[in-house]
Amino acid sequence: MSKNSLKRLDIIFAPYSTSPYKLLSELLKKDKDAIIQELIESGLKGRGGAGFLTGLKWKLAKEAKGNEKYVICNADEGEPGTFKDREILSQVPRKVFSGMALCASIIGANKGIIYLRAEYNFLKKDLQKEINIFEAEAKKLNLDFSIEIFSGSGAYVCGEETALIESMEGKRGEPRNKPPFPVVNGYLGKPTVVNNVETFVSARMVCSIGAKEFNKFGIHGQKGSKLFSISGDTPKGGVYELELGLTVQDLVDEFGDGDTKAVQVGGVSGFCVPRKSFAKRTIGFTGKFTGDSLPTGGSIMIFNSSRSMYNVLHNYLDFFCEESCGQCTPCRVGVQQLLLGIEAIKANNKPSSYLKTLVKLADTMRVSSKCGLGQSIANSFQSIVEEFTEEIIY
Amino acid sequence: MSDVTEIIKKQINQSGKKREVLLPILQSIVERDHYLSSESLLQVAKSLDISAADVYGTASFYSFLETNKKLGKYVIRVCKTIVCDMQGKREIIEAIENCLDIRIGETTRNNKFSLLYTNCLGWCHKGPVMLINNEVYTELTPDKVRRIINAYKQNKQEEL
Repeated sequence: MSKNSLKRLDIIFAPYSTSPYKLLSELLKKDKDAIIQELIESGLKGRGGAGFLTGLKWKLAKEAKGNEKYVICNADEGEPGTFKDREILSQVPRKVFSGMALCASIIGANKGIIYLRAEYNFLKKDLQKEINIFEAEAKKLNLDFSIEIFSGSGAYVCGEETALIESMEGKRGEPRNKPPFPVVNGYLGKPTVVNNVETFVSARMVCSIGAKEFNKFGIHGQKGSKLFSISGDTPKGGVYELELGLTVQDLVDEFGDGDTKAVQVGGVSGFCVPRKSFAKRTIGFTGKFTGDSLPTGGSIMIFNSSRSMYNVLHNYLDFFCEESCGQCTPCRVGVQQLLLGIEAIKANNKPSSYLKTLVKLADTMRVSSKCGLGQSIANSFQSIVEEFTEEIIY
Repeated sequence: MSDVTEIIKKQINQSGKKREVLLPILQSIVERDHYLSSESLLQVAKSLDISAADVYGTASFYSFLETNKKLGKYVIRVCKTIVCDMQGKREIIEAIENCLDIRIGETTRNNKFSLLYTNCLGWCHKGPVMLINNEVYTELTPDKVRRIINAYKQNKQEEL
C-alpha cells in the first residue's frame, strides 16, 4: 500500500435496486422534519461549488409561506473542467428525480424543472423518456409532482441560481441581489429550491443510509464524499467518487502523469495549487476543524511542467471576459483590465510592478462584485500570479 | 421563411402568453432559421407584448441565440477552454478551416456550415471536443474531424 489516503467509493453511479422508485416510496413515508434533521446532521453541502447546507436550504423553503413552490435542478454545468452532472444525468437520472421528488414532498412543491445547459441538449430525448417513466411511477405513489426540462442557451453565469431563475423567466441571465434568497422569493417570486444535480443524488443517499453512515466517509476531518471530474495532463481522466478531505498530493499521485506542476481545484473560479503546496492543501469545505480547505464543485485540472501558466491564466481571463454578464462594473471592467494588464506586462508595455496593481484590482473585484462569478475571478488570478510570477512576467 | 407566427402560436398555446415562453420561442426560431432576424424579434415582441429592445436585449445575452447574421445549416462549435486548448484545439480548427475553406467565425458560401468557438462543453477528459448543432464529437484528431465534416458534406452523418 502507498501512503496515499485517497479513498474511492461507488455509490452515486451504483446500479439501481430492482425497483427504481421503491426507495423513494419508502422515503416519502418518513417524517419530513426528521429528514431535514438528518440532512442537517449529515452536514451535506451543495455539490455545485458554493457549498450551502442542503438541509438548511430545504428547511427554509419548507418554512416559507406560499401554496406554489418550485424545485429546480441546476444542470447548467458550465464550470470548465466539470462534467460529472452530465454523467449523472446520462447514467442515473432516476436518482436525480428521486431527490427532486423528495425535496418537493418536503417543501410542498408540485413542480420540478431541470435547467439543462444548451451544450447538453443531446441528453434531452433520453431524459424526457425517463421523466415519463418517473411520472407514471409518481402517479402510482399518489405523488403530485411533475418534472419538465428547460433548455439554457449558452451562458456560464446562468449556473448562478438567481441568474438561472431570471433566465427561466425569459430575461437576461443577470444575477439578482441577495437577499431575498430564492428559498423565499425565487422563480416567479415563489419559494424555490435550486440544487445542483449531484446534490439531489447525495441528499437521497443521505436519507437512505443515514447521516451517521454518510459521516463515516471523509478524511482529515471532512465529512462525506463527492464526485470529482479529473482532466488535463492525466492518463486517466474521468469522473471519480472520492471521500472529501484528500490532499492535492493524493490526487496527483493517483491521477498525475508524473510531471505535475500545478493543479487547478474548483475550475477557473477556484484555486491553482503549485507543486510545493500539494501535500499541504486538502480538498473539502472550510470549517472550524478542517481549516483552510479548498472548496470545489469537483473540477480538477492537472497541468504538467510543459504548460505555460501565462497561457493558462490568459485562457481563464478570456473565458471570464466572455462570460461576465456585464451587469456590475467591478466584474465587467475588472476582468478586461486584468487581461489587458497581463498582456501589457508580457509585451513590456508595463513594468512588472504593475502586477501588484492588478492583484489589488482582483481584491476589489472580490469584495465589490455582485455575484460569485466576479467575486471568484480573484481566486485563480491571484493564486497563479503569486505562485508563478516569473512565468507571467517573462 | 422568416414568418415565425406558427412557432409563437405553438408555444403560447402550450404554455400561455407570458414572459417565460420567450426563451423557448427564441430557441425554436434559431433551430429552424439558424438565427434571429430583426423581423423575427419584432414579431416576437409584438406577440408577447414586450418591448422590442427587451427582446433583443435578452436574445443577444445568450451565445446560442445568434442575432447578427444567419448561420449555416450545421453550426460547428469547437471548445476553446483550457483543457481542450491544451489538447490541440488549434490543429482541429485548422483542419476544419481547410476542409471547409472558411476561417473561424465564418459561414460557407452554400450556407451549410458555420465555424465558431465556444466555451467549455463539459467533455474535458475527452478533448478536443466540438458540437455540430446538438451532436457531440469527442477525442478529435485532424483526421477524425475531416472524416466527420466530409460525412456531413455528403449528408451521411448517420454513418459516423
